[in-house]
This record gives sequence, C-alpha cells and structure tokens, in this order.
Amino acid sequence: MTPEATPLFTIENLHAGIEGKEILRGLDLTINRGEIHALMGPNGSGKSTLAYVIAGHPNYEVYEGRILYKGENILEMTPDERAKLGLFLAFQYPTAIPGVTMANFLRLAVNSVRKARYGEDKALSPREFRRLMREKLAMLRMDESFATRYLNEGFSGGEKKRAEILQMALLEPEFAILDETDSGLDIDALRTVADGVNALFNPSMAMLIITHYQRMLNYIKPHFVHVMLDGMIVASGGPELAEELEAKGYDWLKSEFAEAAS
Amino acid sequence: MATQPELELQRLGTEYKYGFRDPEQYVFKTRKGLDREVVEQISWIKGEPDWMREFRLKALEYFLRRPLPTWGADLSELNFDDIYYYIKPTEKQGRSWDEVPEYIKQTFERLGIPEAERKFLAGVGAQYESEVVYHSLREDLERQGVIFVDMDTAVREYPDLVKQYFGTIVPPNDNKFAALNSAVWSGGSFVYVPEGVRVEIPLQAYFRINAENMGQFERTLIIVEPGGYVHYVEGCTAPIYSTASLHSAVVEIIVKEGARCRYTTIQNWSKNVYNLVTKRAAAYRDATMEWVDGNLGSKVTMKYPAVWLMEPGARGEVLSVAFASDGQHQDAGGKMVHVAPYTSSQIISKSISKGTGRASYRGLVKVHRGAHHVRSNVVCDALLLDEQSRTDTYPYMEIEEEQVSIGHEATVSKVAEEQLFYLQSRGLSEAEAMSMIVNGFIEPITKELPLEYAVELNRLIQLEMEGSVG
Repeated sequence: MTPEATPLFTIENLHAGIEGKEILRGLDLTINRGEIHALMGPNGSGKSTLAYVIAGHPNYEVYEGRILYKGENILEMTPDERAKLGLFLAFQYPTAIPGVTMANFLRLAVNSVRKARYGEDKALSPREFRRLMREKLAMLRMDESFATRYLNEGFSGGEKKRAEILQMALLEPEFAILDETDSGLDIDALRTVADGVNALFNPSMAMLIITHYQRMLNYIKPHFVHVMLDGMIVASGGPELAEELEAKGYDWLKSEFAEAAS
Repeated sequence: MATQPELELQRLGTEYKYGFRDPEQYVFKTRKGLDREVVEQISWIKGEPDWMREFRLKALEYFLRRPLPTWGADLSELNFDDIYYYIKPTEKQGRSWDEVPEYIKQTFERLGIPEAERKFLAGVGAQYESEVVYHSLREDLERQGVIFVDMDTAVREYPDLVKQYFGTIVPPNDNKFAALNSAVWSGGSFVYVPEGVRVEIPLQAYFRINAENMGQFERTLIIVEPGGYVHYVEGCTAPIYSTASLHSAVVEIIVKEGARCRYTTIQNWSKNVYNLVTKRAAAYRDATMEWVDGNLGSKVTMKYPAVWLMEPGARGEVLSVAFASDGQHQDAGGKMVHVAPYTSSQIISKSISKGTGRASYRGLVKVHRGAHHVRSNVVCDALLLDEQSRTDTYPYMEIEEEQVSIGHEATVSKVAEEQLFYLQSRGLSEAEAMSMIVNGFIEPITKELPLEYAVELNRLIQLEMEGSVG
C-alpha cells in the first residue's frame, strides 16, 4: 500500500463511553494529510469524549470499533505511546502541575517525542531547546517568563490556551486535535492563537478542530465540517456547513436528525 | 604498607586486654549487646579522658532505665542484644567491593556516581581523592580559625571546647536513643566557627578524612560564635549501604547572637535500618537556625529537628521532605520551642507515600509563658501515590502565651489521574510523569538544596518511580 492510499487518521464505528455509559455511538471519520476538519456540535454531544478517547484517557472505555493512525490501531496504546507517534491533543481544560516549570516539562516531553519519532540522537541539547522555545514563544507573542512559570499554575484562561499551542509548536505533531481552544480567548488572543496554528499547519499533517461556535473557523479555515449529535456524526460538508449552523443553530439539525432516525 | 592509623590499631589490638580483635581481618569490635563493660571498652579504645567515660556510663544508666518509646513508629522488632555497638573503622577497609549488594552497585551506576565515591559510600576503602580536596579546604578554614574535625579528634585536641558544650543541648537523659548515643557514640563532626567568620562553602562531612562518616552512633556538635555563618551538609543522596540495623545519631548546635547556621541532611540509608535521630539547636539573640532535612531511605525513621529559640529575634526553620516507599515508615517533622518573646519559626513538611509506605508528620510548636509576640507557621503537605499508601499528621501545639500568631495548614492530596494523563499525552511515560509530579511537589524544598544534591534527589525519586510503575 502506498502512503497516499492510507488515510492519516480513520475512525471506524467507534462506540465508547465512561463507567459503562455509552457516549459515542458508532462514529466514523476519515482525515487525510493536509486536511483541517472541524467538529461542531452542541454541549454534551460527545466532542470532548472523542478527543479523550483518541488521546487515550484511561477512564474512557471503548466498546467497539477501531481508531487507525497511519494504518495502525492505536486503541491498545498508552497515551505516551500515541504522543510518540505524533498525536497531540490541545486540552480544553489543561491541568496544573505545581512545582514543575514549563521549560523543564517541555524539554523532557519534546526530547522523548523526538527520540521516538526521529531517532535516539535527535534529542535537543539544553541550548538548542532554549533557542527553539524562545522562537516559538515569540511566534505566539508570549513572554519569555512563561518558560520559568509552573506548568499551567495560576495561568489565566487565555494563557492556558496559548500554552497548549506552544506545546503543539514544540512537539510538531502530525495529527493535532484542538479541543475548544477558542473558549476563554478574547478576540485579540484568538487571532494570535489562530495565526500560530495556521503557521504551524503544513500539508504533511492534519488537524481536527473541536468547537462549539463558528468563531474560530473565521480564522482557521477548515476543509471539512462535521456536526455531532448524540455521539454520532450526523452531517458533514464544506465550510459552508459551519456558516449554516451559525445562522440556524443546532435545533434545525436536531429535528432533521430526529426525523431521519424515526 | 600499613598506614599510621592501621599500625596504631594493630598496636591497640595487641595490647588490649580483652583482645577483641580478629587477627585475620584486623576487625576491631565489641561483642554484641550493651552493658557497662562494653561502654568502658569503647572509651578505653578511644583513649578518652575520664569525664567522657563518666558521661558515657551515666548515659548508659539512662538508656537502660528508659522504656522504649511507643508514641511513634513501631520499634518492637528492635533487638538491642543483637547489635554491635562499636566497630573500629578498619572494618570498612576490610570489606571488599564484591561484598556490596548488586542493587546498591546498580543504583550507583544509574546515579552516575564516580568510582571512588561509590566505594566510599559503600563503606569500601578510604576516600583518597577527597583528601586532596579536603587539604586545600582545611588550609582555608584554618586561616579563618574554623575547626572542622571528627568528634573523636575533637575530644583529644579541643577538650575544653568540647567539654563546655557537649551534651548541653541534647542531654544524655533527653530520650532513650539520645541516651544510647551518649553511651556509645563514635564519629560525627565537630565544627567551630569563630566570631564574625562566614564559611562561604558548605562543609560536607564527606570531605573529612580518616573519620567514621557514616557511623552507627555518630555525634555532631556545631558551635557558631556571634555573627558567624556556616552551612553543614551531612549524608548524600546515594544509598548508604549498611550492615548495621540501628543508627542513632545526635546533633547539637549552638547559634549565638546574630549568627546563622544551616544544616542539610539527605538521608538514604538502606532499607533494613532503624534511623532514630535527635537533632537540636539553640538559637540566641537575632540568630537563625535552619534545618533542611530529607529522609528517603531506612526502614523506620524517627527524626524531628528542633530549634530552641532562647532570646528575642531568634528565628528557626525546618524544611522537611520524607519519602516512604514500600515497607518504610518515615516519622519525621520538626519542633520549635519558643522560650523568649519576639521569636519566630516556620516548619514546612512535604511527605510522599508509595505502596505500603507510610509517612507521618509529627511536629511540636511550644510557646512558653512570657514568650509573647511569637510568630510561628506550620505547613505540612502529604502526597499519596496510590490507593494503598498512608499518611498521618500529628501536629502538637502547646501555647502558654496569648499574644502570639500561630498558623497551621495541612493538606493531603493524591496524584491526580488528570495530571498523569496530561503529562503522558505529551510523551512522558507513566513513571516519568509520576516522578515529575513528585519532584514538583517537593520543589519548594529542593530549591533550598545545593544544586548537586537537588539534582541527585530528583534522579533518585525517578528511580523509585521506575521501580514501582508499569
């Protein structure tokens, strides 16, 4: 099979949930390199559950289906094994780790991912890492003092989201999921973050942008838009679908979906 | 060729009427168990003055009379009859590298400790490399009038100073184990800092030559004259291999007007050891005493560094880290005794429990009547690494004065699944994530350590994690 023939990322008939409660109820999705997909849907439709299941959160259970990354089923892998393959999740609610500086954490993370993906000798020296970090901080218009702050501790909502994108910039994922990265950002911060994401995007990678509103998609143009309801993708289309949702709301789809289901 | 001390020993061995000498290994030790005769032997071998022999014998009486403390860790398995109370240092030279257990060697390997240092830490041979370091250090110190020798030497060479202060801060009848140490002590450090002298580099027990650094019953006495400063560092983060199962040290410190002393310990005894230590300092007018105390090894540790705040302006601080892994009980904390008004103290304790490990914080803040305008703050945080591990807090407060400000906070937390998942999703293994969280938790204390100790401590915790996770 040629690389072109294998999609970068495929979800097949995914049924998953938490504590025996099924949230994702048969979800299919295919994403190729060079594509940006937006996943929209009302609260409680299962968007964040999907993000956690892809990243490998231990509390979520998969009942059926597969998630293929470069043709390989990743469901049995630990979260770090997935990260080392080039998967990345920008969290909606990043966790604080007191006493651990951004710089120390990121250097360990970047080097463990680099070693796994590019080879043992591809770890960055402290000096190379500092240079790279400074460059990415500048790109996201973040103060250099971020490097010495404790990971997400006392960060404002906007700082947390920027810090997530900073991590993405340093970890250079091939497949990135941005979970509600726009929430908590004011318009200027949103633009900065979106500019950063656009600058990071390249044709050899793919992104899945999870969002409640269309707002973010004014800045990051998706190639495909999917709408999720009750744990399933109920509509897929181009960017125009997002605009339609913005105009009509989710209720329109809900009633249509209810009709189709009955 | 035998060195001078060895010849000395052989001579002693031959002359000694009880003949406790193993001619093949040049090992010199008292018989197992403890009584008057054994204590007299110890004093005789050391050639001590009468006052010290009397001090030891009196202490033995206290030891025999006092019951085993039952308020803390479980000591019921301690068998005092099955212990050698004095082993001449030559025993160390007699032990070969091959006899050191494999796991200790592996840990040295992984910590990247130099060959010579490894042997020293394992009690094999003498630390020749450090002699060079020590010599230049000693010359500097001598110019400043600083005395830094092992305690046995101090008794011989500075009898007046030793006699004036020895046993004044921790009296022999203070507690059962202080009494034991007073009866059979050997080794430890004696430090004297003259008035106004600041010792710029940390003094490390490690640099002392021909001394029983890691003695079973070491005895340390530090005197800082007015306006002086010294930072003393004891122990090291590498595991200290010991064949003896009981270690009971006493540390006494006098910090005079306007002086400052910091005493840093990282204890990592092997996991068969009962580590029962009495550490106490007296701080006088405007003096500062700081204990930085890390307890990682041992089977049972009971240690509560104390500061007696004797005159206005005195300040005491304890920073304590305890890590209790499977089968360990770390019963640690601090004591602040405010004797005078306008004194202040702080205790910050961080403990981590893993598996069947149990970390207890035990602390005392005592404010005597008349000690008004005292400020004291106690913070103890416990981190549990799994469902099984256990922590307890025993904060004692005895406040006899009303115009005081006393604060106490305690938290218990578990390593959150969300934290582990977050770090793992960035490519860290579960063990790496766990040790990062733990190292972050104790960061307020590690940042106070000399850099090389902080680095080693972090690596050591990482090793502990690798052993347990995944």
